[in-house]
Amino acid sequence: MITAEGVTVSRSGRKLVDNVGVELRGGHFSVIIGPNGAGKSTLMKVLSGELKPDAGQIAYHGSPIVRYQPVQLARLRAVLPQSVQLSFPFTALEIVRMGAVAQGARNPLEQARQALARVGLRGFEARPYPSLSGGEQQRVQFARALAQVPDPVVDGVPRALFLDEPTASLDLGHQISVLEVARDFAAAGGIVLAILHDLNLAAEFADHLLVLDHGSVVSQGACGETVNDDTIGNVYGIAGAVGRLPAEHIPFVLPQARHRPGA
Amino acid sequence: MKALALPMKATGADGDRTIQGFVTLGALVVLVVVASLISLSSGPTGVGLRDLLAYLTGSDSLSSQDVVVLEAVRLPRTALGLLVGAGLAVSGAMMQGLFRNPLADPGIVGVTSGAALAAVLAIVLGGTVLAPLAMVLGNQFLPLMAFFGGLINTWLLYLIATKDGRTSTTALILSGIAIGALAAAVMGLMIFIADDRQLRDITFWSLGSLGGATFGRVLSILPFIVFVLGAIPFVARGLDALVLGDAAAFHMGVPVQRLKRIVIIAVAAACGSTVAVAGSIGFVGIVVPHLLRLVTGPSHRFLLPASALGGGALLLIADSVARTVATPAELPIGVITALFGAPVFLFLLLGKGGIRMGEMP
Repeated sequence: MITAEGVTVSRSGRKLVDNVGVELRGGHFSVIIGPNGAGKSTLMKVLSGELKPDAGQIAYHGSPIVRYQPVQLARLRAVLPQSVQLSFPFTALEIVRMGAVAQGARNPLEQARQALARVGLRGFEARPYPSLSGGEQQRVQFARALAQVPDPVVDGVPRALFLDEPTASLDLGHQISVLEVARDFAAAGGIVLAILHDLNLAAEFADHLLVLDHGSVVSQGACGETVNDDTIGNVYGIAGAVGRLPAEHIPFVLPQARHRPGA
Repeated sequence: MKALALPMKATGADGDRTIQGFVTLGALVVLVVVASLISLSSGPTGVGLRDLLAYLTGSDSLSSQDVVVLEAVRLPRTALGLLVGAGLAVSGAMMQGLFRNPLADPGIVGVTSGAALAAVLAIVLGGTVLAPLAMVLGNQFLPLMAFFGGLINTWLLYLIATKDGRTSTTALILSGIAIGALAAAVMGLMIFIADDRQLRDITFWSLGSLGGATFGRVLSILPFIVFVLGAIPFVARGLDALVLGDAAAFHMGVPVQRLKRIVIIAVAAACGSTVAVAGSIGFVGIVVPHLLRLVTGPSHRFLLPASALGGGALLLIADSVARTVATPAELPIGVITALFGAPVFLFLLLGKGGIRMGEMP
C-alpha cells in the first residue's frame, strides 16, 4: 500500500498540491481527474518519489519513502511519463530493456520482448525510437514501465504502476487496450494510479476516483459517487454534462470496451 | 568511413545489438593492435615494420641505436597516443550522454580550452606565483592544474546550459564560445608575459602533439585514464537511462545527481590529463563516438569501451600520418585531427536524420 498524508507542494508562493491524503491499495485502479493546473502531475511526482513534498509524508508499505534508495524504489514502482523524446536512436527493444534492467531481470531481453508484445508492438523491436509515431512511442514507454514491474505482486507486496496521461497520444482502440493492460495489472493485485482527462474512460476503468482542483482533493471514492453534476460543474465549469445525451445533431461516441469479434 | 555509415541497416533484425557490440569491440581490439604496429614502425628514422618484427621476435639483427629508437622514443609515444586517444573519445561520449546531445564535445564546448588555459597558467606562473603548488605536486602539477581547469569549466557549463534538467544546445554552444573567448584572452595575456622557452611550450599545447612523449608523461596521465576507464561500468547503464531524461532515469533507479557528478569529474579528468601531456587535440571526442554509434547503437555499454579503443587507434593513425607526411618535419597532430574531424562535424550538421539537435530552446 502506498499512502500520502497531508502532502503539500508549494512553488513561488502558490500551493500546487494542498494537504492531500491518498491511499493506493493493491488490486485497485485509482484515477486522478481534474482540470489543467489542478496539481495532478505534481501529486503523481510526489507519490512516485520524484519530488519531495514541502510538507507531509509518503509511505511505501509502511516505511517512509525517504528510507528507500532509488534502486529499491525502481523495483517497487514504474512510471509512464507524459512524453519522452530522445536525441539518440535507441531501438524500441533497447528502450524497453532499460526497464527490465532496472527491475533486476535475469533475462532483460526476454522480458523486454514480452512487454512489447503486451502493448501490441511485436515486430517493432528493431525500430529506432525517434522514427516511431507519437502513439507508438507512448506504447514503447508503457512497455518499458511494464518491463520494470512485470509481476503485479512479489512475495505478497504489490508493485505499482504510475501512468501520467497514458492515453494522451493514442487512438481510441489503443487508449482502451492500454487501460485494459493496466486494469489486468490491478486485477492481479497490483497498484495502478493513472491521470486521465477523458471522464468516460476514467469512469469505466477506475475503482477509485480522485477529483483534484486547485491542488486539493474535491471528492474521492467510487465513480458513481464522485462523477455527478455538482462535482463536474464545480471543477470543470460545465453544466449538465453527466449522464445526458447531447442534442440530436451532435454525434457522440461512447467507447465502453474493446470490440472482440465473436465475443 | 562511408562503409560505416549504415545507421539502421546495422541494427539487428530483432532490435538487439548486443552481438554487434561484442563483434565491434573485437574488431576494435584488432584495429588497436594494427594501429600500434603502424605507430611503432613509422617515423623519420629508418626503423620500419621489418625491424619492429625482428625486435618483437627477439632476433638480434638490430643495432643498439634502433633498439633505443623503438624502446625510448616510439614505445612511450605509442602508449601515450593510446591513452590520450582513449581519454579524448571517452570524454566526448560521456559528455554527449550527460548533455543528451550528440554534438557536445569537450573541444567544441570549451572544456579543452579551460584545461589548456590552466596548463598555460601552470607553465608561465609555475616558477613564480604558483611555485609552492608546483613544488608540492611535482610531476603531477601540470596534469592536476589542467584537470581542475577542465573540472571548473565543465561544471560552469553544466550550470549555465542546463535548466530543470534540460540542456539547451544553443546555450551549450554559446557558453562554450564565451568560455573559449575568455580562455583565449587570458592565454593571450600569458603569451604576452611568457619568455621564449615558455612560448614554445605554449605553442605546443595549443596545437597539440604527441612529440616529446616520455615514460614520465605516460605515467603522469595513466592514473587519470585508468580512473576514467574504470568509471565506465558504473556510469554506462545510468547514461543510457539518462537519455530518457532526469525523471525517467530516477524512476529506473539511477541516482541521477551522483551519476552526473561522476561523469563531470571523469570528463574533466580525461580532458585535463590529455591536454596536460599532449595539448588540445580536437574532434576526436565527437567523431569517434558518432561513427561508433552507427555500428553499435547509442547504448553506452558498448559505446564507451568502443570509444576508448577506437579513439586510441584513431589517434595513433593520425599521429603516424603527422610524423611521416612531412618528414623530417612533424605536423602537429591537432592539425590532422581538425582537418579530418571538422568536415565530419559539418557533415553531421548537414545530415538530416543523422543527427538531432537535442532539446532546442
